[in-house]
Amino acid sequence: MTDIILETRGLTKRYGGVHALEDANFILRKGEHVAVVGDNGAGKSTFVRQVTGVEQRTSGQIFFDGQEVSHSGPLEAREAGIETVFQTLALADDLDVPSNLYLGRELFKFRLGPFSWLDRRTMRERTLEALKTTAVKIPNVDNPIRNMSGGQRQCVAIARAAAFASKLIIMDEPTAALGVQETAQVENIIRGLKERGVPMILISHNLRQVFDLVDRIVVFRRGRIVASLNRDETDGNDIVSYITGVKGGEVSYA
Amino acid sequence: MAQVTHGLGGLKYDPGKKARPQELNVLVALIVIVAAFEILGRLLMGDSFLFNTRDNIDTLFNQQRLSIIILQVSIVGVLAIGVTQVIISGGIDLSGGSIVGATAMIAMSFAQTALVNGQPNPKAIFGDWAMDLPVIVPVLVGLGCGLVAGLINGSLIAYTRIPPFIATLGMMVTARGLSRWWSNGNPISFPTESFAAIGKGMMPVAIFVALAILFHVIMTYTKYGKHCYAIGSNEAAARMSGINVNHHKILVYAIAGILASLAAVVLSSKNLTAQAGMGMMYELDAIAMAVIGGVSLSGGRGSIIGTVLGALIFGVIISGFTFLKLDAYYQEMVKGVIIVAAVVLDQWRQQRRTRG
Repeated sequence: MTDIILETRGLTKRYGGVHALEDANFILRKGEHVAVVGDNGAGKSTFVRQVTGVEQRTSGQIFFDGQEVSHSGPLEAREAGIETVFQTLALADDLDVPSNLYLGRELFKFRLGPFSWLDRRTMRERTLEALKTTAVKIPNVDNPIRNMSGGQRQCVAIARAAAFASKLIIMDEPTAALGVQETAQVENIIRGLKERGVPMILISHNLRQVFDLVDRIVVFRRGRIVASLNRDETDGNDIVSYITGVKGGEVSYA
Repeated sequence: MAQVTHGLGGLKYDPGKKARPQELNVLVALIVIVAAFEILGRLLMGDSFLFNTRDNIDTLFNQQRLSIIILQVSIVGVLAIGVTQVIISGGIDLSGGSIVGATAMIAMSFAQTALVNGQPNPKAIFGDWAMDLPVIVPVLVGLGCGLVAGLINGSLIAYTRIPPFIATLGMMVTARGLSRWWSNGNPISFPTESFAAIGKGMMPVAIFVALAILFHVIMTYTKYGKHCYAIGSNEAAARMSGINVNHHKILVYAIAGILASLAAVVLSSKNLTAQAGMGMMYELDAIAMAVIGGVSLSGGRGSIIGTVLGALIFGVIISGFTFLKLDAYYQEMVKGVIIVAAVVLDQWRQQRRTRG
């Protein structure tokens, strides 16, 4: 067994004539937290969309947990153990916290096709447990999440990903829409995931956050991976030079 | 006193304060409207709206009036239950009233009796083979009509992605045309006794109450109900979470169609006849009942209990206006105002909520 959880080889995505992602070679090891940074349009989100099966790659290979995979959709990726926290909240505002956590994978007391009887008590108990292990504090889980602040809702989304992600969590700018305190709370949860050894890919524009949270920083520029730097061996200026193209070159393996 | 904690964003948040259920507001509105009619009745008519004032009957309430209030909304109420689950899942169904018309015509033509007062049935639309069939035949044929119409609605909406408003508007016009074409506009009458029993007396109320309880349970405790709220709340999230949104929508509209056709069976049985214009405007009354009952037209919020209360408000207003001897057009006008007021209130609540 290798300790590599995710590897991409020559991953390429073109939208018509636009080369959104070119020949991306990327490795994520077990327990590792990696940040993906870069300008708008550098290919960060495109990269994630190929890995999570939201889009189909033009060419290249993806290996997940030792096997070559080809996820036809986000559901398949999720079943394989990859959970994603999207930039836009993928929560149902009118449902309470347990219903959101278990949306699409409800537990049942007995099955009767579409009219299967929900096991609400167990879902609620396990939700409380999941919130506890991820250190998410929600005062009343039985309220619809519409009544909660943006930070609380993002925490619910992260708790959902953390509760079900067996192998990998991907977060696409989880704090972009949050205030200072809320951002701090989300960062704490991410640190908790690190302690639990859940590997993570974090897309972020916030370099302070990136240096705080991850082990390694991968820089995208114009669809290519231009740098892969250990946090301790680099600094903000260095990263910005790569992002803007002052420093450059290509790395064969990120 | 519940302890006030601070949310993650530093916002004050009182965990003890649960949002007041919407249904409570509707119930208060119902009580206020009943009280208003009671007061107006005593002032203007010198009679009580709610209580029994006749000496020869020994009951507290005016039971006759109460049973009329609920009887006259039971049949549209069955439609409203179907429309409620459609609106909660983020859609709309305008075809209910026309499905009532078409189903009533088709079901009644299989419910005819061969002999009327010893003479051959003058309204017979088929030959002898369709006469005096067991009651199950017209009922199943009727429910089948609703099922087919609902499946067409749902499939159009799920697979061609046309807005529910347009798909069901098309069905509304088509089904009305079908009900006129079926017997060249002639009414169909003289059902068998067993068919006539379906809508006799307070049977429509019993059917309405039973369906309301059944659908309250389904919407609250089953996967089906949960997914209705999820899809109406955030369809993209529901899709992303692995819910088969297309299948669910088809099921939602199919159930709405079946409920509309059930209302048609009860209505034609109660009236002992079927006419092409039956159920006209029922769809709008049903939507109005749901909206008055707090079902949000933007989807995701509302309940069967709310719709039942909305239906009762409807019934009370109609009875109240009759009781005050006001003309029917005042009823229509007031109904219109109440519908708009209910939607405006819903908007206000939503704005207040998003402001936090």
